[in-house]
Amino acid sequence: MKKLIIAATFGILFSVTTLLSFTAVASGPSIHLDKANNDLSDKESLKKGFKTYLNYCLGCHQLQYQRYNRTFDDLGIDKADGIANYMPTGDKVGGHILNTMPENEAAKWFGSAPPDLTLEARLRSPDWIYTYLRSFYIDESRPFDVNNTVFKDVGMPHVLQNLQGVSTLVVHKELDEHGEEHEVSSLSPAMGGSLTAEEYDVVVRDLTNFLEYVGEPNKLERKAIGYWVLAFLFFFFIISYFLKKEYWKDVH
Amino acid sequence: MLMKLATDFMGWIDKRLPVTDAWNKHLAQYPAPKNFNFWYFFGSLAMLVLVNQIVTGIWLTMNYEPSGDGAFASVEYIMRDVDFGWLLRYMHSTGASAFFVVVYMHMMRGLMYGSYQKPRELLWIFGMLIFLVLMAEAFMGYLLPWGNMSYWGAQVIISLFGAVPIIGDDLTLWIRGDYVISGATLNRFFALHVIAMPLVLVVLVFLHILALHEVGSNNPEGIDIKKPKGSVKPEELSKFTFHKQYSEKYDIVDAVPFHPYYSVKDIMGVAGFLFLFCWVMFFAPEGGGYFMEAPNFTPANGLKTPEHIAPVWYFGPFYTILRVVPDKLLGAVAMFGAIVMLFALPWFDRGIVKSVRYRSKLHLVNLIQFAICFVVLGALGTMPATPTANLIGVIASFGYFGFFIALWFYSKNENTKPVPERIAD
Amino acid sequence: MSNVPVNNGRRRFLTAATAVVGGAGVVGAAVPFIASWNPSARAKAAGAPVEVNIGKLQPGQLIRAEWRGKPVYVVRRTEQTVNNLAKHDDQLRDPNSEKAQQPVYATNAYRSIKPEFLVALGVCTHLGCAPTHHGGDFDQFVEGVPNGFFCPCHGSKFDMAGRVFQGVPAPLNLVVPEHSFINDDTLLIGVSSDAIKGDA
Repeated sequence: MKKLIIAATFGILFSVTTLLSFTAVASGPSIHLDKANNDLSDKESLKKGFKTYLNYCLGCHQLQYQRYNRTFDDLGIDKADGIANYMPTGDKVGGHILNTMPENEAAKWFGSAPPDLTLEARLRSPDWIYTYLRSFYIDESRPFDVNNTVFKDVGMPHVLQNLQGVSTLVVHKELDEHGEEHEVSSLSPAMGGSLTAEEYDVVVRDLTNFLEYVGEPNKLERKAIGYWVLAFLFFFFIISYFLKKEYWKDVH
Repeated sequence: MLMKLATDFMGWIDKRLPVTDAWNKHLAQYPAPKNFNFWYFFGSLAMLVLVNQIVTGIWLTMNYEPSGDGAFASVEYIMRDVDFGWLLRYMHSTGASAFFVVVYMHMMRGLMYGSYQKPRELLWIFGMLIFLVLMAEAFMGYLLPWGNMSYWGAQVIISLFGAVPIIGDDLTLWIRGDYVISGATLNRFFALHVIAMPLVLVVLVFLHILALHEVGSNNPEGIDIKKPKGSVKPEELSKFTFHKQYSEKYDIVDAVPFHPYYSVKDIMGVAGFLFLFCWVMFFAPEGGGYFMEAPNFTPANGLKTPEHIAPVWYFGPFYTILRVVPDKLLGAVAMFGAIVMLFALPWFDRGIVKSVRYRSKLHLVNLIQFAICFVVLGALGTMPATPTANLIGVIASFGYFGFFIALWFYSKNENTKPVPERIAD
Repeated sequence: MSNVPVNNGRRRFLTAATAVVGGAGVVGAAVPFIASWNPSARAKAAGAPVEVNIGKLQPGQLIRAEWRGKPVYVVRRTEQTVNNLAKHDDQLRDPNSEKAQQPVYATNAYRSIKPEFLVALGVCTHLGCAPTHHGGDFDQFVEGVPNGFFCPCHGSKFDMAGRVFQGVPAPLNLVVPEHSFINDDTLLIGVSSDAIKGDA
């Protein structure tokens, strides 16, 4: 009994301190991100995201580790359809999704070369991408006349502006729970785009979904295998438990 | 007929190499105390993880490219283009963290039940050497994906050597083989990570087990199962046969042969461990950003430091000790001192009673505060250095070192409970 | 095992069950290790079918293409060469292409889709050297046969359908790879016309 109490004390103390410490890490000051709520198993969404990517992003951002044919297979795009409609650059179907922008020139145009986006969703998180693409606002002091609340002084133009329209940054004062005054900024509703706010969110969600897929194309397969492996190991644990019990009858 | 053939064959082998004898000595007739508890799973689990790391590591080298230009891309090649390459890599990356979980638990077990005390000092030293080599192995391995956190993590740790008086700068230059961390550094780390360190590790593990079987296993009660020859009544002797190497010199009580009793128990432990391991590996291989850090998904860039450089979680405790000391040299000394203290533990503890179960309340409290400080230091190591974090870090560092100092003072004349002669059922 | 006092049926059953399930687990765990040795997506992309322009190929001329790192000979045979093929059947090991060295659609007298075009791997079936094409002077090796392939390594001889002659070390006819014609001017090596249709 006593050893049980000691073990339990240790266990509880360990888990509590660990938990406390790690929540403390997570709750550092950070930018608020909206939930992307994208669904990796939704192939239609992925296809639309892929299309948006090809039309708006590929000009500057490559997916240098992702292959066209792999993408077609995973997204359920027929090969002939893929070659005809999803390969603007006319590369080989087994090739990577590349553009022809010279890196050194690009660095001159934008201040730094536009990064490859294959792993962007793993680097920043899908929620970040989703929020970032919805956080551009007018700022005439910037080279492309826009700034971003998620990525301050970003060197990228708002390429989806004709879809979303433009927002402005509104700064107002607000009282927090301690009664202290703070400056809070928010974005005005975007005006002049071809899509409504809801439609635009869907476009960005599909694009985010596609980028999360590209970040780890095996993600769904990984989880699918995982369930089988866990079921197997659970079964194995049960058998080995009974085997252990059977042998230990000799001792107890 | 087939049986006879097998027996003849084993006879032929045994005349030339004592295979059956070794099997009996170390497994089928090795006397293991009958009261091993949960904490005793971690030795065999450490072995399992070691094998996993070696095998998956060999497979990763088949497609990995150790060069500044090719490393990052080759990891993505493994993750995408190689059939099941993603699984091999996750087995290796999750295995690295699992290795430290298991080893820390294994060490905690040693602390709780006094497994480092006489006559197991050398066994403990071998264990500590394994831990040290493991840290070097993990550190070098972490550079290989050539992500930005790999790069800057290595940058910080290698800079530590700059704290060495006089030769510091030349030393760091020599370790890097370049003025910055570069392909040259990557290549030497690769060679050490895949050949030198694993070789040393395997030899040390072998010696660790050999030393264990020489002195025999401790147990949660801290009671010796080897009694002086002739001191035990024949009817109280164990009903099992043990190898003559053990039974000739001692009367063995309260023991079972390792195989099959602990082999079946360890199989159960392995199944349970693998369940948790696979859970993490298949459903959260990034370990919430602690096993694989987000900045490592962008290639190494010597001009762009990640916003917040944190070591992988398992270096956290030692990293925090380094960080809370406001002097470069002293910080490094404190960090290495923290490890030296562990090495010297058998001599800090001057007590005779092994298990915490029969030691003083003071010792129990000291042990608990040490464990808490260790976890807190670990957590702080992954966090940004704020003044509050720093203050907690200082306190926890005192707790860490205080454990050893206090132990040295109170263990000489400790108010212990009487230790029973025999392990109760 | 003698060190165990009891050995009942339940124990034997559980031991066997654990061994079998554990064994299955080991086999399952071996799958990714074995599968990872298959050609990767990169290797497959590099080994994808190659297009060869045959529009400018003159009768009697040979061009070499590279497919999966191996030389592929593409020969535009003259009408006379095609007609001559049947005349030396008695000197060949496998005149009717009974051994599976070619796709089904090339298992015919001229071992090709179009009689005019021979497509064969330039890899001798003996030890893998590249046979040399002899146009017009092959009769120095086989009397009465003006065109053929001669392997300089060990003297194996093949006719203009890649069929091996008797009395040489090479055991089999030259391999005819999967191939198809996209149009009159373009040959696609590495995939049959059926497979293309199936894909599309």
